[in-house]
Amino acid sequence: MDRIPILKLGSALLVTVQVDMHDRLATALEEDLTSKIVAFGAKGVLIDISALEIVDSFIGRMLDNIAAVSRILDADTVVVGMRPAVAITLVELGLSLSGVKTALNVERGMALIQRRLEEFDADDED
Amino acid sequence: MAANETATLAALVNDNERQIVPEWLELQKQYGTLRTGRITEAELSSQSSEFLHLLRSGLASGGIEVAGAAYNPARELLANLSRSRALQGFSPTETATFVFSLKQPLFNALNRDKSLAPADLAKVTWAITILLDELGLFTFDQFQKSREEVILRQQREITELSTPVVKLWEGVLALPVIGTLDSERTQVVMENLLQHIVDESAEIAIIDITGVPTVDTLTAQHLLKTVSAARLMGADCIISGIRPQIAQTIVHLGVELNVISKATLADAFAVALRRTNRAVTKIRSAKPDDATAKAGSDKGE
Repeated sequence: MDRIPILKLGSALLVTVQVDMHDRLATALEEDLTSKIVAFGAKGVLIDISALEIVDSFIGRMLDNIAAVSRILDADTVVVGMRPAVAITLVELGLSLSGVKTALNVERGMALIQRRLEEFDADDED
Repeated sequence: MAANETATLAALVNDNERQIVPEWLELQKQYGTLRTGRITEAELSSQSSEFLHLLRSGLASGGIEVAGAAYNPARELLANLSRSRALQGFSPTETATFVFSLKQPLFNALNRDKSLAPADLAKVTWAITILLDELGLFTFDQFQKSREEVILRQQREITELSTPVVKLWEGVLALPVIGTLDSERTQVVMENLLQHIVDESAEIAIIDITGVPTVDTLTAQHLLKTVSAARLMGADCIISGIRPQIAQTIVHLGVELNVISKATLADAFAVALRRTNRAVTKIRSAKPDDATAKAGSDKGE
């Protein structure tokens, strides 16, 4: 079965969704991501969905779930590169993903995570 | 029988064309087609004789079945005529008169033809009536259709016009909403804004509702939808220009606007600049006049 690759970038995990997500792929991603967060002790998860053209309520809920799970495991989730049509669809579906941070592109998303990591480092030094 | 009538009719039109056209033109003038000066006499005369010509060929090959293929050229001419007259501002009556005023010249021609038996005369009269009525109704349909097209186009243009997305600064967009926000417009506004957020890679969008006359629960819901969609794309929204009465209405309705809101666009812009690590400062200058000039600190001063 296909799996979406998860890349480790320092203390962050990078997921780029390049194919259309079907439900099983989404569930697999959720599981993989959870175990990787624990394995690497990641503090941030960046999900790039700029190639994703079609979303349904399941994918929307999956994003929300990933964010919730990561929060429990002390990692921030940032969803980046959402297309306008996808954003409108999610809002119309009533999913505003309030627990998820968003950014326009990977660069800004990484900056968000980096800022959190710096705060984290500063806390460590105290 | 039907073939017989149409053959008679076709022959009638063919033989009397010289008389029918001037009579018809005269009638159209009486009805006031030329009075408004929207079309010239030459134009009218060429349209009339061309239509009669096409009608004749339709009669010759297709009987009185107006919907048939034989009448395609005639119908096309009528459609074009109705469209152009609708755009020129002719009234429906004036437009339909073009076809209906052809009746009398045809009847006159029929009267002049003494060779027909009374029974045949009645049949041909009936055929003419049916034929011209159908063509007249067709004209009317086309006229109505072109008017509706005009209205639709105007609606679209109004929607486009009233929802511009303005770039205020690098990464700061403003969306001045003017007029009532219904679901259809919200859709256009939202798509427009989101596309601009992508194009300009904007971080902050200011939605200014100074031009929105009333805000009810539905409008508030539409606003919140736009804000959520922008947030999903990674841009923050600020709502500005809420007038005192509207603020009261919102509170009275119990609507929660869980977004940053500012009284004026200027306040919202100040917040946006601060968020993007910029500031507006006065330039110190020898001339007191220039002291009001402002510049963003990220631009060379």
